[in-house]
Amino acid sequence: MSHLSDDTMDRARQLVELYPHPRSALVPLCHLAQEQDGWLTPEAIAEIAELVGVSPAEVHGTASFYDMLHTEPVGRYVVAVCTNIACMLRGAYELLEHVEQRLGTGVGGTSPDGLFTVEDAECLADCGRAPCVAVNHRFFGDVTAQRFDALVDDLVAGRLDDEVPPHGTLIRVRRHGGLRVGADQVAAERRAMAERAAAAKAAEAAEAEAEAAAAKDAAAEEAAKDAAAAADGADEAHGADEADEADDVRPADGGS
Amino acid sequence: MAITEPPKIVTSRLAHDDSHTLERFLATGGYEGLRKALAMTPAEVAAEVDAASLLGRGGAGFPAGRKWSMVRPGPLPYLVVNGDESEPATFKDHLLVERDPHQLIEGVVIAAYALQVAQVFVYIRGELALGLERVQGALNEAYEHGAVGRDIFGSGFSVDIVVHPGAGAYICGEETALIESLEGKRGFPRIKPPYFPAAIGLYGEPTVVNNVETMSNLPWIVAHGGAAFAALGEGRSTGTRLFALAGHVRNPGVYELEMVKTTFRDLIYAPVLGGGILHGHELKAFVPGGVSAPWLGPEHLDVPLGQDEVAACGTMLGSGSIVVMDHTTCALRAAWRITRFFWRESCGQCTPCREGSGWLEKILWRIESGAGREEDLDLLMDACDNIAPGVSWPPQQTTICVLGPSIPSSIASGIRMFRDELLLHVKEGACPHG
Ligand SMILES: Cc1cc2nc3c(=O)[nH]c(=O)nc-3n(C[C@H](O)[C@H](O)[C@H](O)COP(=O)(O)O)c2cc1C
Ligand code: SF4
Ligand code: FES
Repeated sequence: MSHLSDDTMDRARQLVELYPHPRSALVPLCHLAQEQDGWLTPEAIAEIAELVGVSPAEVHGTASFYDMLHTEPVGRYVVAVCTNIACMLRGAYELLEHVEQRLGTGVGGTSPDGLFTVEDAECLADCGRAPCVAVNHRFFGDVTAQRFDALVDDLVAGRLDDEVPPHGTLIRVRRHGGLRVGADQVAAERRAMAERAAAAKAAEAAEAEAEAAAAKDAAAEEAAKDAAAAADGADEAHGADEADEADDVRPADGGS
Repeated sequence: MAITEPPKIVTSRLAHDDSHTLERFLATGGYEGLRKALAMTPAEVAAEVDAASLLGRGGAGFPAGRKWSMVRPGPLPYLVVNGDESEPATFKDHLLVERDPHQLIEGVVIAAYALQVAQVFVYIRGELALGLERVQGALNEAYEHGAVGRDIFGSGFSVDIVVHPGAGAYICGEETALIESLEGKRGFPRIKPPYFPAAIGLYGEPTVVNNVETMSNLPWIVAHGGAAFAALGEGRSTGTRLFALAGHVRNPGVYELEMVKTTFRDLIYAPVLGGGILHGHELKAFVPGGVSAPWLGPEHLDVPLGQDEVAACGTMLGSGSIVVMDHTTCALRAAWRITRFFWRESCGQCTPCREGSGWLEKILWRIESGAGREEDLDLLMDACDNIAPGVSWPPQQTTICVLGPSIPSSIASGIRMFRDELLLHVKEGACPHG
């Protein structure tokens, strides 16, 4: 029995498929695991390690670099209060104090009811509505103490369940078009492009050569006529080459 | 200066609530630029971008056309789009990914075509949950619409786009750290040279990295021609640009303005823009281009919003974010908060950056909390000098990336512009602003 559910596993395998190297899926898989468990459990780390082909220690070490990946349990709601410059200028630290009081815990802690974890966040890229707060990365701007209290009430009462999913759920929209182009197909496509580019280059070179030849022979009228005929021939030949090339790559193109 | 009314290049749809939908996008000329591009040769598309002289909008301001010319003619293995936006006070890409994701996708496919790329990764800051959902949703629609995927609009050109979420680390905005992160590793910037990932990028292959706003300009450039874009602005700063205005202003927000034709004074005070300082207060200082940039004061209000014009003042337009501080602002506290950010976000690879940021943060906090000493200001400047010798702008770099050398910006600005105030802070053992 794996720790990650069948559905999570399915999605995880699809994510791994998206990248030329499985390891690239490491962070997205950590997000997926957080979506299932709310945080990054040791069991999930072990399975992610297997999926991307590195050791669990490496997954843990990588995950610990990133603020959004929690290797310790957190509340259902992670409340990030931005205290960076633009928010600070508009009262973020006063707001943070209120948040701590209201939730009964300090920065890094979780409220006694286990629902809310408080973070003192860096700029959330929402400075036009400072001071701002993100709950599970859903943004609320122009937050006053009063509005924060109302927000907490709404969250507790479940009135914001649609807007603010439980912690860990990041992207609720699943990719459904993209897998049409698998890693193999991308590689084939890239090869085809390289061949097309090489063919175009060769055609260009041949044309330039023919032109040069034509210019050289321009002095002798008789010879010039011959050269022009030869150049035409060369163009035609390359046109045919290109068509052949295009045919070669078609199986890759039509692979979907 | 009168504020010009240039065409809206990247914000044309934002007046509509449904600007993110495919329906609205198609009803307002969406994917027309792409159709036009696909009827041209890749070289012709690249030539238009070159003619536009579009400067990268991610902060460094490197011309996109020139970056592309390093890898053209393709095919290029990878194109990576930088949507990691985490420079404090920068919030323009957030707007673009949430409110016009199809425009971004259209720009990305145009770039992919010009560079002959089959695989694109769009790296979006993990905290932008709605933005990630909007871009993924738009991408699903775009695949179905035939604008991404195989044989786009019957042109024979195919490209796959993958949306990749970050997970909270400012440093991953630095392009080589972003590539490491995309490879599933910790976001440690790579040692330069090579100066661009063009040579050795993702998975060791040639890669172009461009910013979200840079990409979002491409549909308009192709539709209207590079020359029309270059006709806007002045000198090297062409077209329009998104300016993110925050802090003590009446109307904070993102404004699309013609480059160079608007000044800081217009942006901060014009009723249709910033609307002036909050509560009718006086301006004390402002950050001109993200917190990595040295500050400017009221005497710089008439400097035009252009790359070279701002650089001439010893700072940078950077990420195009302006933070306004009124006369009640404690310069020390502002410098402390910015320094605290760098300390928290330093990746720790380079000693001057890792240790220096910690030292600076502690000294600043000591003064702020009333336990400062006379010699602390010199100590601060010394520590800054260790990170960026000479403490000038652009900075001398002794570290792997420019996060380190950006740390002194706010501290040196605070000390140079408000030395007396800082000394008073030390002497009175308390903030003169209360
Ligand atoms: C510390 C640091 C953080 C950065 N953060 C970002 C960022 O969040 N977004 C971005 O587009 N560029 C960022 N950059 C700049 C990128 O390294 C790179 O220059 C840019 O993405 C290139 O795109 P452009 O040429 O289209 O501007 C950052 C650079 C540094 C040194
Ligand atoms: S300068 Fe700082 S952030 Fe940049 S690589 Fe060195 S330690 Fe990391
Ligand atoms: S400073 Fe708070 S969101 Fe940017």
